[in-house]
Amino acid sequence: MKNKDLIFEKSRPGKIGYSLPGLDVPSKNDILPEKVQRKNPAPLPEVAEGEVLRHYINLSQLNHSVDNGFYPLGSCTMKYNPKINEDVSRLPGLAGLHPYQSEEMTQGALKMMHDLEKYLCEIAGMDRLTLQPAAGAHGELTGLMLMRAYHRHRGQEQRKKIIIPDSGHGTNPASVTMVDYETVEIPSSETGCVDLEALKEVLDDQVAGLMITNPNTLGFYESNITEICRLVREAGGLLYYDGANANAIMGYSRPGDMGFDIIHYNLHKTFGTPHGGGGPGSGPVGVKDKLIPFLPCPLIEEEDGQYFFDYDRPQSIGRVRSFFGNFGVLIKAYTYIRMMGAQGLKQVSEDAVLNANYIMENLADTYYLKYHRNCMHEFVLSGKKQKDEHGVTTTDIVKNLLDHGIHPPTVYFPLIVEEAMMIEPTETESKETLDRFIEVMEEIAKMAEEDPEKLKGAPYTTPVRRLDEAGAARNPILKWEPEQ
Amino acid sequence: MNHQFLPNNEASRKEMLESIGLSSIEELFGCCIPEQVRFKGELDLPEPLSEMEARRLLTQIANVNRPASSMVSFLGGGVADHYIPAAIDHIVSRSEFYTAYTPYQAEVSQGTLQNIFEFQTLICMLTGMDVANASMYDGASALAEGVLMASATTRLDKIVISQTVNPQYRETVQTYAQATGLEVVEIPHKEGLTDVEAMGEEVDDQTAAIVFQNPNFFGQVEDPFPISELKEKGKKTLLISVVDPISLGVLVPPGDYDCDIALGEGQPLGNPVSFGGPHLGFFAATQKLVRKMPGRLIGQTKDVDGQRGFVMTLQTREQHIRRHRATSNICTNQALNALAAAAYLNLMGKEGLQEVAQHCLQKANYLKEKIAALPGYTVPFEGPSFKEFVVKANRPFTSIQEKMVDRGFLPGIHLQPYYEGMEDWFLVCVTESRTRDELDRFAAGLEGV
Repeated sequence: MKNKDLIFEKSRPGKIGYSLPGLDVPSKNDILPEKVQRKNPAPLPEVAEGEVLRHYINLSQLNHSVDNGFYPLGSCTMKYNPKINEDVSRLPGLAGLHPYQSEEMTQGALKMMHDLEKYLCEIAGMDRLTLQPAAGAHGELTGLMLMRAYHRHRGQEQRKKIIIPDSGHGTNPASVTMVDYETVEIPSSETGCVDLEALKEVLDDQVAGLMITNPNTLGFYESNITEICRLVREAGGLLYYDGANANAIMGYSRPGDMGFDIIHYNLHKTFGTPHGGGGPGSGPVGVKDKLIPFLPCPLIEEEDGQYFFDYDRPQSIGRVRSFFGNFGVLIKAYTYIRMMGAQGLKQVSEDAVLNANYIMENLADTYYLKYHRNCMHEFVLSGKKQKDEHGVTTTDIVKNLLDHGIHPPTVYFPLIVEEAMMIEPTETESKETLDRFIEVMEEIAKMAEEDPEKLKGAPYTTPVRRLDEAGAARNPILKWEPEQ
Repeated sequence: MNHQFLPNNEASRKEMLESIGLSSIEELFGCCIPEQVRFKGELDLPEPLSEMEARRLLTQIANVNRPASSMVSFLGGGVADHYIPAAIDHIVSRSEFYTAYTPYQAEVSQGTLQNIFEFQTLICMLTGMDVANASMYDGASALAEGVLMASATTRLDKIVISQTVNPQYRETVQTYAQATGLEVVEIPHKEGLTDVEAMGEEVDDQTAAIVFQNPNFFGQVEDPFPISELKEKGKKTLLISVVDPISLGVLVPPGDYDCDIALGEGQPLGNPVSFGGPHLGFFAATQKLVRKMPGRLIGQTKDVDGQRGFVMTLQTREQHIRRHRATSNICTNQALNALAAAAYLNLMGKEGLQEVAQHCLQKANYLKEKIAALPGYTVPFEGPSFKEFVVKANRPFTSIQEKMVDRGFLPGIHLQPYYEGMEDWFLVCVTESRTRDELDRFAAGLEGV
């Protein structure tokens, strides 16, 4: 039986989980004036090492993860995380580098980052790239800052509008607000792509740029992408490519060739680095030539086989965080790219796209599919049919997946599909897993027909059952407190 | 092609294609991607490596480096080589933690959720603040977010920041401020401390926040009380305090001096230095600011059977609900790094954190006194310091550094790039990992170079 007590509830006075050598210098008690000293020690738990270990191992077993089951969470690219990457990122010659060490002592790291920049530029069709942003959303923010700096440099500060299709990720408009820009949302057309007429209507000399995901969140490659890019460029705007869905197109299509000026990648999606339960990620930002001067400081340069940081970049937007990026994550992405090569990455996209289409076609009759045509790496299914006919919601449907050891898809997103279930299997799932998923989804549809009440009660077998989220928000308990 | 990371073989690919009525993968991509944006060539990437070759390559790359961990390091500046208990890597290596994502489905994410709830509690205990979020990217971006939050809360645009705050943090704040139109006023330091008087002159009814760091970038311990009192010179002014989490084993916590937002770099809590990332920022505030907080918050609730459970909460602040009205665009945190930090705090516990902080304090001050007594070196700033202190040499630091590196020491951070007129000045960091023998040899080495 698993003990789900909080670590604080396991604490008993006097227990310790650490050891330190004795203090080998003379101890002085007059270093700190009394007023700056802590009066009461932080009431941290008192537990032994073995108890801490057991606590966390028990906690870990309450999680669903890629390593214990299918995780078709749309737009998140929950692919398998190669274990070699974990090993090499822990090598002392890498993990033990201090960021204030000299370039001379860190040549291996600098070369690796320089090469990674080169590879990512090649895959994206861009000219230079910063590895600094810590996550996709951080990359978006950086990209928008670059846009701002570019327009300011050209004396076009009035450009403040960012056009975003209504299928865009929520981070896009949130990032726009952070640079004091304004979001202009445009509707999707009947085919699930950007509506060119709607786009034309909002284009004017106030437009700073367009942010778009391609393939979009419906899983469709924007069929008019060159036209979209041309129109925005003609209006004086810049083109931002949200790389969340880049897993679909490696070796098949490059954002730089489509006409984009700025791109961010999510290394934790496309390049196989683990999601870590919500971080650390990494969100490198690539640009075309005209934006290079504005990239964050520093960039890594090479001269005669020697690598160095270039801080002398007067037009740079500055830095967006400390140091050079999530180095530990960069190592993993680098290793992944080296093990895949050009052919391997292309195969990744092929398998990701084939897997998605296979599931889509096999579930197209069972569930409502608003847009039925070949998708790329993901597609959006809907629980509308079950809702209309049997009164069960998408939430009810996906909660039943939990009882089958399957993580639900992304739900209720994109907002333009009612009762949406966004399914992205990734390339690291076998046909056998997909067949099992299809079978389970069919079983659930059948249950919606035959026993909707039971369906609504799911999940039944998970560590906890449906949780009162409204109550949690109404009366927020955000930390443990000792009983009075 | 067959690859160890790709479970489908040619037979199953063929079967899947057939089942969806297609004859080739080319047909599938051909109908999706317009011809004019099809990439025709082959990506110019190195030939693929086997796992064995990849391991060899990465080992070679690692071997080209000379890591701080192989030397006697006095490098700090917000990232320090505190000892990492062995248990931590075993905990963060559980793939149930590291191969999961943001806990969208609470029923199967209780491990991640409970851990973050505990992390939030631990950060509150440490800082003495009311609420903490699930973590940020790093200390620098946490400060930038803190400044934005202060501006959004007060609807004011002026930020007054002491130059004793970590230079990289200030640069990051400047980058964010430029994009949002905030006015950032930097207050030059006065003998290594925040110039409280000069700061006071800048605080007015337009000031959103006062920012200082304790211990500051020079390692000096500030007196936070008079700085906190400067809030009264403003109207709605908030106090943001950047703190070293280890120092809170001995130093007065932000919650004791009427601080509104306390944040900092969480790397010292069980995370490797790793060339500057991934680390984590921690972020805590007063209860009344909770609905303005950026990032994830985890709350306690009950399931339908009455069992305790945890969920992401107050999500109406966040981007996936509020889109452009969100408090921040942050949608990930540094959950795995926060896991290491929480495990560290639990292992060290009430006693251990105080002891580690005492060791840092005592050892750093032992070395500081030794160096102050050396000919050719002075310790220019008076007053107490915690685990770091500034040394001024009577000759260029670069030559000292070169010779010390040859002897296996990393002597510290050169301050010249960050502060004018500090050509011969450097910042020395001493953690509990340094032994007296190392400190003595270091001092002797400095004397000899």
